[in-house]
Amino acid sequence: MEELIKNLGLVINATLIATPPLLYAALGSTFSERSGVVNIGIEGMMTIGAFVGAAVAHFTSNAWLAFLCGGLVGALFGLIHAIACISFGADQTISGTAINFLAPGVAIFVCKSLFEQSSNTPPLDTVQKLPKLFNGVFEVGSFWNNVLNTYVATYLAFIAVAVVWFIFYKTRFGMHLRAVGEHPKACETQGINVFRTRYIAVIASGFLAGLGGAYVTLCTVSQFRPEVIVGQGFIAIAAVIFGKFTPHGAMAACLLFGLCNGLKVLLGSGNIISPNLISMIPYVVTIITLVLFVGKSRVPAASGKPYLKQK
Amino acid sequence: MEKTSHIDPNVVAVQMTDIVKKFGNFVANDHINLTVYKGEVHAILGENGAGKSTLMNILYGLYKPTSGSISIFGSPVHIENPRHAIELGIGMVHQHFMLVEPFTVTENIILGMEPTKGMTVDIKKARRKVLELSERYGMHVDPDAKIEDISVGMQQRVEILKVLYRGANILILDEPTASLTPQEIEELINIIHNLTADGKTVLLITHKLKEIKASADRCTIIRQGKYINTVDVEAVSEHDLASMMVGRDVQFVVDKKPIKPGEVIIDIQDLHARDYRGVEVLKGLNLQVRRGEIVGLAGVDGNGQTELVEILTGLRKGESGKVIIGGKDLFNADAHTLFDNGVSSIPADRQKHGLVLEYSVAYNLVLQNYEKPPFSKRGILKKDAIYKHAAELIGKFDIRGAEGGTKEVGKLSGGNQQKVIIAREVTNDKDLLIAVNPTRGLDVGAIEFVHRYIVEQRNKNKAVLLVSFELDEIMSLSDRIEVIYSGNIVGSVPGDQADEKVLGLMMAGGTKNETKEQS
Amino acid sequence: MKQKNNHNDKTTRNIVKNTTQGLIHQNAPYTIIAILFGFLVGGIFLWSAGFSPVEAYAKLFSSVFSRPKYLIWSVIYATPLVFTGLSVAFSYKMGVFNIGAEGQFVVGSLAALCVGILVDAPPVLHVILCMLAAAAAGMLWSFVVAVLRVRFGINEVLSFIMFNWIAFYLSNYVINTEIIHKVGGGEASKDIRESARILLPQSVQNIFKSDKANYGILLAIIAAVAIWFILTKTTLGYRVQAVGLNPHASKYGGINSNKTMYIAMSLSGALAALGGAVQLMGNSMRISQFAGQEGFGFQGITVALIASSHPIGCIFAGLFYGAMKYGGSKLNLIDAPTEIVDIIMGTIVLFIAISHIFRYLVTRRLKNKEDK
Repeated sequence: MEELIKNLGLVINATLIATPPLLYAALGSTFSERSGVVNIGIEGMMTIGAFVGAAVAHFTSNAWLAFLCGGLVGALFGLIHAIACISFGADQTISGTAINFLAPGVAIFVCKSLFEQSSNTPPLDTVQKLPKLFNGVFEVGSFWNNVLNTYVATYLAFIAVAVVWFIFYKTRFGMHLRAVGEHPKACETQGINVFRTRYIAVIASGFLAGLGGAYVTLCTVSQFRPEVIVGQGFIAIAAVIFGKFTPHGAMAACLLFGLCNGLKVLLGSGNIISPNLISMIPYVVTIITLVLFVGKSRVPAASGKPYLKQK
Repeated sequence: MEKTSHIDPNVVAVQMTDIVKKFGNFVANDHINLTVYKGEVHAILGENGAGKSTLMNILYGLYKPTSGSISIFGSPVHIENPRHAIELGIGMVHQHFMLVEPFTVTENIILGMEPTKGMTVDIKKARRKVLELSERYGMHVDPDAKIEDISVGMQQRVEILKVLYRGANILILDEPTASLTPQEIEELINIIHNLTADGKTVLLITHKLKEIKASADRCTIIRQGKYINTVDVEAVSEHDLASMMVGRDVQFVVDKKPIKPGEVIIDIQDLHARDYRGVEVLKGLNLQVRRGEIVGLAGVDGNGQTELVEILTGLRKGESGKVIIGGKDLFNADAHTLFDNGVSSIPADRQKHGLVLEYSVAYNLVLQNYEKPPFSKRGILKKDAIYKHAAELIGKFDIRGAEGGTKEVGKLSGGNQQKVIIAREVTNDKDLLIAVNPTRGLDVGAIEFVHRYIVEQRNKNKAVLLVSFELDEIMSLSDRIEVIYSGNIVGSVPGDQADEKVLGLMMAGGTKNETKEQS
Repeated sequence: MKQKNNHNDKTTRNIVKNTTQGLIHQNAPYTIIAILFGFLVGGIFLWSAGFSPVEAYAKLFSSVFSRPKYLIWSVIYATPLVFTGLSVAFSYKMGVFNIGAEGQFVVGSLAALCVGILVDAPPVLHVILCMLAAAAAGMLWSFVVAVLRVRFGINEVLSFIMFNWIAFYLSNYVINTEIIHKVGGGEASKDIRESARILLPQSVQNIFKSDKANYGILLAIIAAVAIWFILTKTTLGYRVQAVGLNPHASKYGGINSNKTMYIAMSLSGALAALGGAVQLMGNSMRISQFAGQEGFGFQGITVALIASSHPIGCIFAGLFYGAMKYGGSKLNLIDAPTEIVDIIMGTIVLFIAISHIFRYLVTRRLKNKEDK
């Protein structure tokens, strides 16, 4: 029995570490998608967020500043995507793909320039990383320590879900955001600035993706390596679709996918099930869900179409 | 129905003076004057392309007049854009609604002008205001229902509430009864009544005579961009209105030898269809076309012609009915099957449906036939044959600018593009040719050309169904004219006995019997 | 007879004229500007990192062109990219953006690996079998996505991305199974048998001074010509482009767009998969366990965009990218990060994506002048 509880604690712990990067990125993706702009560049934005987070933490030893900077650089790439897609009407998928080349490219380039040709940043000391809550309160290895003594940024991620939910469903901006993704022309005729709303949404998506990436280097891995994100940006996008483009749905999906990642870590070297097969689960599950619930995953009606202003 | 007028003849709500609007060389509004009193229900009557929508779009700030002036409640104004129009108290309810489907009624109404309580949207307050407005004017809406779940009638009321919520005093309703059931139309007329009782002014853009008679105080008739008359609705008959709407000299005379029509090529029985909103657009339509005859389908746009043609060409699925061609019921057959069974068409939108603009003239000329010999063999295109065919047709049909068939068809002029389509369909030589607005946007020379070939098909003993908004065209070409109104055929007249006034009446919902009574 | 010949000459000349006009007037100037911008942005990055852009670009250039051996390597690097470029280009002609080329490449590579290791066959036959296996795997991989789109209305960009990652993990999984895994440890599969390799004979390799010189590029060129032939000379090509250019008119004309989609997407999948096979059989000889996606599929997107989706253009664009990749790999000799190539290429893609609005503005301005 004790063994079971202990394992449960470990599983929860692993899940709570794996979920937040997905969750931040997924929340970002919901902003963009709901406003009608497809953003597959989330992966690239996470990567550069991860790098900037690690680099700033290394130089300033201020983890929260590093976290913020990770978000800001993500926002910068969000701005690039916004300019290309909203003002220039570029194909959103192509633009996103370009960012997935550019952002990691810039990240590693700068990394090599700053850190003597290494594409990894130096590992961070615990002091330089983001803090944990309840540190030292519980006995190491106990159930409660595993469950509650996790990073503050993890708690923040879940609080962010509530904040995003509030913005979407209770504020003016949220209403405009959702309307713009459904029927931009109706919004324009009722005086809403479609371009401005979409710009804010896409920049926000970049910011949150950057935070998600920074979380990885500032909490989980303590170091930037080129493959530190590998696919998490795309899992976040899958989570958003799986969660029907809502913040709470995304949260549930991210927890599920985070659980998969957590299990992967726990099951170790793949004696029971290959970690590769576990890694496939989020993707397979998303496809199956889409097939089974055809037509029920309501994509924003104006998604993917550039809005052409009337003269 | 008792109709009380709420006109305040001392206050002129809208004065449009000497309005001229040109689009390039095309004069859409030619010195039009409009005077609308406060509290009035004023109808603007005209056919397609008459200029009534343009005029109202100018009032709503979507267009700027080329010349002329506008006054609202006595103050001269230059209406810059719809936002400005809304500030002036002018609200427009478009024919095609602009509603966010997954949002509620309340959310749609307040969108862009949401009341707030601190950081949040005060939905309760909004809801209250919506209910208040709806009760005041007798408009039943469910404030919490989602747009995708409510009827078209309620959706229209939401659109009206949208403009009222923004403080509109002058409401422009563009073809408001287009998709309503008779019950809903009555409800709408009541609402209009309540609005004017409260001092609001209503402008009604329409072509439907019954509704004008039932709801409007006065009516301004516009024809081919020109102002015809403004009348007191009480004092005129539907017949008079129809006369004014269509009356003009027939312009085109086509040489047609009399032919006795042969067997029935296509027999449409009890055809029902719905549009994307679930509104019935074809309500049991019956129509036949025989060999050696041109049947002209007359009607104002929006009465079901578009959907009918789409079903006959395999671009849309109908709900029920029979479409019998050559003894086979081909109801809901696909485009390919219909083509193989003898149906070809000159589509309404030549650039969208008829041509691949980036393809060469030659390639477009074989659009339905590229897979058949001699144009291809075992999957390989036979370019020689394709270009030879093109050269023939270019010569025969005088298609200009085609450069031996190699020129991109998108670079040809409108008239020549239409010639490509005509050349192709005439050569396809199917038993039934459906021509939809075949001379739209063409100059006189091209029009004559198109008419010549349509008549030639008929002379070759083929069947032709001509669908057009140009009454002249219908009248000069058809052997038999069928009038479509609100999803049904409401009248049938032999071509040589056609009277545009009678036709106009039928197109606007009146009946032949009425004419006889009034004369 | 004589008249007929004249007619043919005239139309052939016109076709050539129109094609060149089409290529020149429409896309090429914007692509060249995009490439220049790419290098400009790359230059800015290099300069801000303390490198001389001139020196770096000179090194890039010389790494490719100064010795024949380097040119051969550029071609070797280019070969898989021509295939994935063709895959994306062909798909794009039909209006579908094949972002799934990455996954199709991987499963193609994987299928070729399995046949290359497990099957015992004489040399030429073995190569053919591997390629067939790869093509089949690629076709399947994209056919399923086509079905998901046609039957279930699932957006293909999403499905492609999911399948990319499924392929990625599938590859890692299969590598680690006993029969495939390298004997004696290490994070890779066994090498494919000699009979499955497409290397050029030893004597030729000696001339080129490269032990990885392979005839994959010939296969790529054949594929490009074949795709060009399909697009310009066959009824399938007529159909595919008609659906891509105007789905409405195609429907009106009786073209079955669903059937066309199945065929075209399967063909695209096969092309990307063949790229994977050729990369395996001509260069890598084994598949390693990967920590991240290799990116051949995404690089194919760049190739297709630079080539404006023209099949023959894909050859040249592929060579360009191959040269950039190879030259870029040598940049670390002057301590410059090789990622500058990603930055340059990403910028090029972004600029090509934006360019269509410029083209729209330019043609509209010209048209207005004409009308007046």
